[in-house]
Parts: sequence; C-alpha cells; structure tokens
Amino acid sequence: MTAVSDREQLRYIAAQAADARINFEIETEGMTINLGPQHPATHGTLRIVAKLDAEQVITAEPVAGYMHRGYEKICEARTYPQINTLVNRIDWLGSFANEVPFILASERLMDVEAPPRAQWIRTAMFEMSRIANLVLFAGDTALQIGGQTAAFYGFRDREFVLNQIEAVSGGRFHPNFDRIGGLKDDLPKGWIAETKTAMEKVRAFCDEIDDLVTGNEIFQARTRGVGIIPADVAQSYGLSGANLRGSGVDWDLRRDSHSGLVHRELDWKVHTHPDGDCFSRWWVRIQEIREATRMVDQCLDGLPSGPIMAKVPRIIKVPAGEAYVETENPLGAMGYYVVSKGDLGPFRLKIRSASFNNISVLPWVLRGVYVPDIVSILASLYFILGDIDR
Amino acid sequence: MSGASAIFSVELAYWQQTILRSVGVLAAVLLPAGTIVYLFLFKMMSFMQSRIGPNEAGPYGSMQLLAEVGKWLQKEDIFPSKADRHLFAMAPYIVVASVLLVYVAVPFGPDAWFAELDAGIFYVLAVSSLSAIGVLVAGWASANKYALIGGLRAAGQLIAYELPMLLAVVGVCVQAGSLNLFDIVRAQADGAIFGWEAVGNPYILTQFAGFAIFMVATQAELTQPPFDMPVAESELVTGYMTEYSGIRFLLFFIAEFASAGAFAIIASTLFLGGYYLPGLDLDANYMNVVGPLVLLGKMVLVTFLIFWARFTYPRFREDQLQRFAWTVLIPLALVNILATMILKVAF
Repeated sequence: MTAVSDREQLRYIAAQAADARINFEIETEGMTINLGPQHPATHGTLRIVAKLDAEQVITAEPVAGYMHRGYEKICEARTYPQINTLVNRIDWLGSFANEVPFILASERLMDVEAPPRAQWIRTAMFEMSRIANLVLFAGDTALQIGGQTAAFYGFRDREFVLNQIEAVSGGRFHPNFDRIGGLKDDLPKGWIAETKTAMEKVRAFCDEIDDLVTGNEIFQARTRGVGIIPADVAQSYGLSGANLRGSGVDWDLRRDSHSGLVHRELDWKVHTHPDGDCFSRWWVRIQEIREATRMVDQCLDGLPSGPIMAKVPRIIKVPAGEAYVETENPLGAMGYYVVSKGDLGPFRLKIRSASFNNISVLPWVLRGVYVPDIVSILASLYFILGDIDR
Repeated sequence: MSGASAIFSVELAYWQQTILRSVGVLAAVLLPAGTIVYLFLFKMMSFMQSRIGPNEAGPYGSMQLLAEVGKWLQKEDIFPSKADRHLFAMAPYIVVASVLLVYVAVPFGPDAWFAELDAGIFYVLAVSSLSAIGVLVAGWASANKYALIGGLRAAGQLIAYELPMLLAVVGVCVQAGSLNLFDIVRAQADGAIFGWEAVGNPYILTQFAGFAIFMVATQAELTQPPFDMPVAESELVTGYMTEYSGIRFLLFFIAEFASAGAFAIIASTLFLGGYYLPGLDLDANYMNVVGPLVLLGKMVLVTFLIFWARFTYPRFREDQLQRFAWTVLIPLALVNILATMILKVAF
C-alpha cells in the first residue's frame, strides 16, 4: 500500500468534517430521492436511494441486482466453448476482453498454451476492446456532465474499432473469437493496415476530446476536487482499473502479473494521477486509450507468424483442478475462478469483475456532495450494469 | 394609428385590428421558433455532432419538423395521479404567454409593430420573467421530486440572472437616453459613438461588455447549456418537464425556442441596431417589409451564438452558476454602467 500524501489526508478529513456539518448544522426534513432503477445517469438498472437535504446528499445507498442474470449458475450447466459465448455479454461494451481471462484460466487448467501468433492477436483484440469501451466512456462522461456533442463523437469513433472487430470475428458486440488453445480464425487480408488507420482515428478522437472536454473550464469545474477517493479508501473498497490508478495507486495487472498476454513485451506506460477525483479518473482513462492504440500498433507490427491454434482435443474436457486468472479489463481487474472435476463443463465458476467493487465505494464517496455531483461521480467511476448484476 | 393598419393604409375596426395582431404575434412567435428549430436544432446540431438523421426527412430535412410536431400531437396527454391538475395544465400556457408578450413590444419596422410602449425595454424584461412562474408551477404541480428540484433550480436561476440582464441593458438605455425600443433603434441608426459620427452606431461597439453579459444571462434565462440545470436530463431526467407529454411538452418546447428567438430579437434590437441596416432609410415605407427580414437575419446570427454554446459546453453546477452570476456578471455590469455614464457625461 502506498503512503497517503498530506494533501489527500487533508481532503479526507475535510470530507468527514463536511458530513458532520451537514448532520448537525442545518437540520431540515430530508427528502428521499430514488435515482433509478431507470435513470439516465445510471445507464442501466441501478438504483441509488439518496437522502437529500436540499441538493446535498446525506446518505446514498446503491441497490443493485435488478437484472440479475445468474451467469455463474448457468455456466455450471454449460460446456467450456458454450461458456465462451456467454461471458461475452458481461461487460457488453468491451466484450472480447471478457473472454480472455476465462480462456486463459481454462488453458492453464488444461496445461495448453496458445501459439505466439494467437497470443499477439489476442492482445491486440484485448486492447481494441478496451478502446471500444473507453471511447464510449469519454463520450458518456461528457454527456452526463452536459456536453452532448462529445457523446456522439464517442459513438462515432467507437465504430472504427467495432468495424475492425467485426471484420476479424464476424461479431460486432459479441465476437466469440477466442478458443481454448488459440483463436477461431486468422486475420483477414488487409486487416492490419485498416486497423492502423482506425488507431490513427482513435488518436485523433483523443485530441478532439482533449480540446472539447478535458480543457474545458466548466468540465474542470465540475470534476476537479469532486468525488475524491484517497488511495487507502480505494484499496480498502477493492477498486481496480483506472479508478484505482486515478487515486494514485500504481497497479496494473497487464504489467504486474503474467497472465498469458504479451503486454510485457510491448513498450507502454501505466498512467496514474495523484488527485483521486473525477477529473483524475477521466484523465487516466483518456491516457489509457492512447496507450492502448500504441499497444495495438506494436502488436500488429511485431506479429509473429505461425499457427493460431494449439493442439487441443476436439471435445474439450478440462482435467480436475482449480485455476484463477485475472486480467486488467477495460473496467478493472476481472478474474475467473474455474473449478473443474474433469467434466465437459466447470463444476463451479466464480466471476470476479470490476464494476461491483467499483460502485461499492459509492455510499462512502457520495456523502455530502451535490445532486449534480452524483452524476459526475457515477460517470467517472464507470460501471456496466451487466458487469454488476452477473 | 396602429402599426398594422398603417402598413396596409386602411382603417380597421378595433376588433379587426386585434384579430390581425393576435395572428401577427402568433406568426412572429412560431416563425422564428420554427426557423431556429430547423436551422440550428436539426441542421447545425446534426452537422456539429456528426449525426445525419435529421437531414434525411424530406428535401434538406425540411419535413423533420412536421414529423416531430405530428409525433408530439399524437401522444397521450398524461396527468400524474397526484398532480394538481389545473396548475399542471396551466403551466405551459404561462410559459408560452410570457414569450408571446415579449414580442408585443418589439419594433419590426417604422410602422410594423404590435404596441409602441414608452417603457418598452422595461416591459420586455418584466414580462420575460413571467416564465419563471410557469416553470415553478410546472415543477410544483407535477408531484414529482425531480420536477420539484428542477422547478426550484429554474426559479433560483431565473431570478439570479434577471439582475445581470437588467444591468446590462441599463448601459444601452443610458447611451440611447430612452427606454423606448423604437428610440433605441433610432439612436443606433443616426447615432454617434460618443461624438464620433462616421458610421451608424450599433451599440455592440460601445456596449460590448453589456452585450456579452446580456448573452450569458440570456443563455441562463433560456435554461440552455451550460446553464441547463433545471432540465438537466442526466440528473433530473428533464427537470420540471419530466411529467409532461404530448401537446403540453410541445408547448414547453416551442416556448423554449420561441423565447430563444425573442431574446435574440431583443439583443439585436438593443445591441445590433434592430431592424436598421446602414444604407437603408430608417423611416421609409419599404422598411416595413425589409425591416422584419433584417431583424430575422440578425436574430439568426444571435441565436447561432446561443446554440453554438449549447452544443459545445458541459453543464455548470447550481452553486457554480449562482457564484458566477453574483461574483462575475453583476460587478462587471455595474462597472459597465459606470463607464457608460462617465462617457455619456464627458461627451
């Protein structure tokens, strides 16, 4: 655990003092307001029960589970290749990234390793799904704070990446491209050049967003110093991904763990921001889009030749054992704990995804903020409801 | 002799004039509103935001407006069960009425006007703030917490921005020496910039600070981004309009764009020389036809500024908005008045 700076501690104390002040100084009859289950800011069925004093939040309690889909239970009744199609849908914005840790866990149990070419393509696709996800984050955050235009730019530029994913896998939102032991197909002709153009466009999008949103005074006024999560709090609530790095914790599974992707062979940088507020989370994500485009470029440049599929039996039976593989997905750390008894399907599958932990900090961080700040904090924490209500 | 009968050079009975003027006001409200919606909401916004949808209906997207209106008219008129039905039904009409009343005092040409008021600008500002009541009523009567917060926010915002708007106009009134909108246009047509008579004097040259403050305050009065907290769709769903549907929502929608047009027309009258263009004869009879067109052109220019900001900026927070009004705009407006007065006395 990194040391908490004096400034962070002061802010932490100030937030606590603000709570005390609200509770004692101006005692009025509170109003309970339900943000959700269908509220534009929650982009899904999350409900936040907020007790308000005028426009200031006294307490806020997230209520999740409206669209519980019972993934873990369904997976016990499916075979491994079938599960692959299911888990696509957990974080629907960066769907390919959901397949990867599950496949890696299965591969680890079966003691197979994908050929180098498959690993490199996998990494490129993994980072592309990160871009597809975070580009929409950029647009959506701007929309939540009131800037309509950036939202449409986000949707527009997401298309470039989705087109490439579609070109290689045939699926737009649910590629289902990973296989145990490798990938379904090799890359189509001309794909590498097109993807590089798409990455150029995404970098242009980042510059555009920097001009339109990051540098905007109103955006900074709305996000700087709002929703501060100090590093110790972020760690104790189990935040991961850009939310954790936005609090100044230098922790990235792509660099820090050897999962089976080739991130360690690429030249890239983990960005952290010491402030821990909404702006720092935004800033970290925008930098991650840029880094991801660089990584995709490098993956495509250094792509080794060879097969894309290792030797695996036609009917996959995973030997008995347990494996846990965690990767740094667009939203944060996502891990699959696979328990096998040697059958066609897993005996038990536990999915640990990032969003649930990321919103668990909400009751803490939402105390004492204004109603508009709820929205900017929700947007900056960035969650996918499907990821919460597995 | 009233404006309308002077243009047609016929004597009309009072009731005939009244009908003519009512139709005229409706046209004066709906025409700019339609123009703005088509030009800015459909064409400009879809261009800026890279969305092509609104350009596809009919030639140049011209049928989109009809389609939208048709859609709203078809929708069911819903009252929330706990709403105060009478107030709920009334609110949109109050808002629309305030816009209609603003147009009454606007000079469109030497004889093209609905009423010539000596305290024209005073009347306009007073009447335009009626919409605050409509919004508050809508928020209160909806029996919805989002709507209530939206209504209260709107009321706070409209009151806070009434003051800088008023103070920004004071500079113009001092320079023109009149509260009458006709005199203000006339003063700009044959005026001089503090003694310098080379060109006609649209007050934007001398009152630029006033113009800037007026435009910011207008943005807030219209509840357009970056000051759209009362309707903030990501926080309050749509604020005071949350519970409205069908024709009543359409009325709010028309009022929003019509009042954008109204404020743009007031801004053009006060700062851009109204219906006058240099080179034209201010009092000639053709100005009754050319004047409204000139004014419409200026209105389009000014509304472009409003909607440009709307589609670019994110939204302020309520406390930041209030702080901006009280600590930046009002002192600036007061300094502007002081400077204008000193220069007025000096020259």
